[in-house]
Amino acid sequence: MGNDLRMSDLVFEVRGLTKVYRSGEVEVRALAGVDLTLQPGELVVMLGPSGSGKSTLLNILGGLDHATAGTVRFREHDLTALDDAGLTAYRRNHVGFVFQFYNLIPALTARENVALVTEIARAPMTPEAALDIVGLGARMDHFPSQLSGGEQQRVAIARAIAKRPDVLLCDEPTGALDSKTGVRVLEALMRINKELATTTALITHNAAIREIAHRTFYFGDGRITSVEINKARKAPSEISW
Amino acid sequence: MRTLDRKMLRDLRRMWAQALAIALVIAGGAATFVLASGAYRSLDETRIAYYERYRFGDIFAEIKRAPRSVGEQIKGIDGVAVADFRILHYAVLDVANLVEPATGQVVSVPERIDGQQNRLHLRAGRLPEFDRSDEVVVNEAFAKANRLRSGDTFRALLNGKLCTLRIVGIALSPEFIYAIGPGDLVPDDRRFAVIWMAERALAGILDLEGAFNAVSIRLLRGANPEQVMKTLDAVLERYGGTGAFTRKDQFSHAFLDAELAQLAAMRRVIPPIFLLVSAFLINMILTRAIGLEREQIGLLKAIGYGPLTIAMHYIKLVIAITGIGIVIGFIMGAWLGQGVTRLYAEFFHFPFLIFRNDASTYAIAGAVSVASAVAGALRAVAQVLRLAPAVAMQPPAPPRYNRGLASHIHARLPLSQMTIMSLRHMARWPMRAAVTVLGIALASGLLITALLSFDSVESMVNVAFFKIDRQHATVGFNDPQNMRAIDSVRQLPGVLRAEPFRTVPVRLRNGHRVRRLSISGKPADMDLSRILDANLRPQGLPSQGLVIDTRVAELLHVSRGDVVEVEVLEGKRVQRRVIVSDIVTSYLGLSAFMGLEALADLLDEGPRVSGAHIAYDVLQERALFDAIKSTPVVSSIGLQKRSISRFRSTIKQNIDYMVTVYVALAVIIAFGVVYNSARIQLSEHAREIASLRVLGFTRNEVSRILLTELAIVLLIAVPLGWLIGYGFGWLLIQAFSSDLYRVPFTIERATYAKASLVVIAAALVSALIVRRRVNRLDLVSVLKARD
Repeated sequence: MGNDLRMSDLVFEVRGLTKVYRSGEVEVRALAGVDLTLQPGELVVMLGPSGSGKSTLLNILGGLDHATAGTVRFREHDLTALDDAGLTAYRRNHVGFVFQFYNLIPALTARENVALVTEIARAPMTPEAALDIVGLGARMDHFPSQLSGGEQQRVAIARAIAKRPDVLLCDEPTGALDSKTGVRVLEALMRINKELATTTALITHNAAIREIAHRTFYFGDGRITSVEINKARKAPSEISW
Repeated sequence: MRTLDRKMLRDLRRMWAQALAIALVIAGGAATFVLASGAYRSLDETRIAYYERYRFGDIFAEIKRAPRSVGEQIKGIDGVAVADFRILHYAVLDVANLVEPATGQVVSVPERIDGQQNRLHLRAGRLPEFDRSDEVVVNEAFAKANRLRSGDTFRALLNGKLCTLRIVGIALSPEFIYAIGPGDLVPDDRRFAVIWMAERALAGILDLEGAFNAVSIRLLRGANPEQVMKTLDAVLERYGGTGAFTRKDQFSHAFLDAELAQLAAMRRVIPPIFLLVSAFLINMILTRAIGLEREQIGLLKAIGYGPLTIAMHYIKLVIAITGIGIVIGFIMGAWLGQGVTRLYAEFFHFPFLIFRNDASTYAIAGAVSVASAVAGALRAVAQVLRLAPAVAMQPPAPPRYNRGLASHIHARLPLSQMTIMSLRHMARWPMRAAVTVLGIALASGLLITALLSFDSVESMVNVAFFKIDRQHATVGFNDPQNMRAIDSVRQLPGVLRAEPFRTVPVRLRNGHRVRRLSISGKPADMDLSRILDANLRPQGLPSQGLVIDTRVAELLHVSRGDVVEVEVLEGKRVQRRVIVSDIVTSYLGLSAFMGLEALADLLDEGPRVSGAHIAYDVLQERALFDAIKSTPVVSSIGLQKRSISRFRSTIKQNIDYMVTVYVALAVIIAFGVVYNSARIQLSEHAREIASLRVLGFTRNEVSRILLTELAIVLLIAVPLGWLIGYGFGWLLIQAFSSDLYRVPFTIERATYAKASLVVIAAALVSALIVRRRVNRLDLVSVLKARD
């Protein structure tokens, strides 16, 4: 992971990214000029207090939201220039999401929640394979209401990775989980990052998690305040909180 | 199966109660549409087929007496296909076990009946032998009403002779689908008989050998009836013709036509209203129901589903729900339609029934339902799709509230925080609240529309029988008599008062507008049978000129002071121009009145009378009836008391079939709407309610938020529903008018109350269900699940 990589080898290249929310009379500057690059196979952690802009950045990287100003390049595509249909295609073909509250469809079983994605992806793995990776092969036919929080989050991860995405974006994937369950979820994420070389960005409040990352971005007031390179990554089981 | 489709099916199963409620609203609209059109089409087709198979005549004429030889001349008239010559006569009947005198219309049956018009459909027995004057066939309704069978006898006063007649057959005839006695307004099967007798025998009794007094004609295809009638009238004039008439003026046909026209009117007004209202309601319900799917739509978008796929997913869901509703509606509509048709067919004595409905009816009902449902779904999905997925997946931002009106009220009234919350909700989403209010108001408007026919008919009965025609009975003479005949009526036992009247068949003409009707001549001191002005106050007759009712005035386009042409259709057949001196209210038939003297002047004859309206001492009723049965001059008697009860039962029965069904469907729609509104409201507030419960509010307290909102909605919706019902009702009553009767537009307070009670009951039931849901609310999961 040197700095001698050519531009086109970058997964993301973000320049001067700004996002302003207007809610009634209030104007909220969620991002105030963010620059960053992500490289293939990299696992980064984004740390920072609530409202520091991490989620907004992740949403824009994932094509879930539009930027107010600045550019976001994914490989050779300018995401900020894409229309709704373009963003949909981008999400469908390249991005896997994991949300803090899992966002599973309650009416579908674990397997079906994953199938929801594999049915529209270009070269997906089978739902069963994806669930095996997160260690849920035995509980595939359970509905979300029959699964624990950790299990639900692993289903969400299986759903995100089943399409073999280029990038995996996780917003507080362990935020609603106890530490033991959280470790299992992180193990699943690391395994995917390693085995599939999926570029992974992970938002957390939990500073301990930075130890599994290649790099850590610190956020404050809509800006990246510092970047830390992790020389000696730990396994999830070695960290605790 | 695609996973998304599986989700759709599971969603459907999860929301089955709500889906069923929506489906029922759709079913209500579709069923009304299918049922009304099916009943109408079936009856119409059956009538057409009945007329065709039994060769119902096209043109009819009655005369005093014409020799058979004239028949050849009539057959030769251009456009005539077949002409039958027969004898018609009214007779007073004395039937065993029937206290009141009955009236019979005697019709001759020729020796050879092949090729004959107005053929009989024999239900039992046989036709009378051609030379037997004691054998008759009677109409089925009369036989049934009096429990008469083949072999039974009754007595008839024919041409002053008391004859004993034996029933040899029981029949139906296309001429007497509606069998109505003279002086009656509706069929009275016990007291009116159609009696078919061998022609030769009847001619013998009436001294009409070698002659006839009635003509029935079937036209060639494409013949001009006006031209045929004109020629026919010219031929028959010297034999005492009273003017030829078409089916339109044939009693049975006219009544049947009016009934069908009324069914058609209800079909034109009520079902489209039902269908459109249900379409609006499902649109409203589905928009909100799918609005609640905001997060799932956001997620589907986030993981890469395109807007079309997502929209299709919800369209499928909505079509599934609508489809269930349409299928229920079609089955219900077809089944109810057949039921209603059968009831009508029984009432009309059709010998057979043809069920028919237009495919287009089903197509329209289905298309309107699906389109409005899909539009509702699309609107909701589009609203969510416009949001970026990141935003859609978040719970909606806290809406901006104003202190606004609720706070002002709060400052003055000691309202609880809960009430304030409800008021602010409504003020925050005025459109949403307005649509709910409108939905519930429309449902109660439908109820009022369906119920008001009862009120209007009752008010019509009240005016027609207790304000206009107040006599106990009306006796009719076979031929106009001089004034002395009234004296003999006065001398009948128990008669307290006898008011003479004269009826004369005429054609009234104003330019090209013509109507055939009767002018009634009335005495100046009329008190039993009266005339009412527009404000329903009794008024007298002017010494000169013609008084007509509003319907005639409309039909002829005349108003007070205009001149109309009167063509008398009997006697000297005078033609005069007469001034319309007044226009009055009447709900039954087409009426025209003149003073007795003025009418005699017009006819250029001395004072003569056609009959008398009488009031009698009820204690002497039996003696009076016995006397009438043997009074030669009296040919018919109409009993007012019987008429009122028959009228109520007949007209109401007729409307009842339909209206009962409409009311039931309106109730279903009302329940569906209120229940759905309450359920959606609960879903929209689930998070808030859970938060309050977590804060320590009791179930009662949080339920009050929902119930208060529902109560406020009802409070506005109920009076609005009255207004809407009034409007729909007015539309319906306009379509209801026919020449035979008009229905005044009346809505009783009780009707408003009933409609509102149904809606309130629906609200209470819904509230109970919602309350149970509040009890079962899983606090933690609701809060965690982020809406």
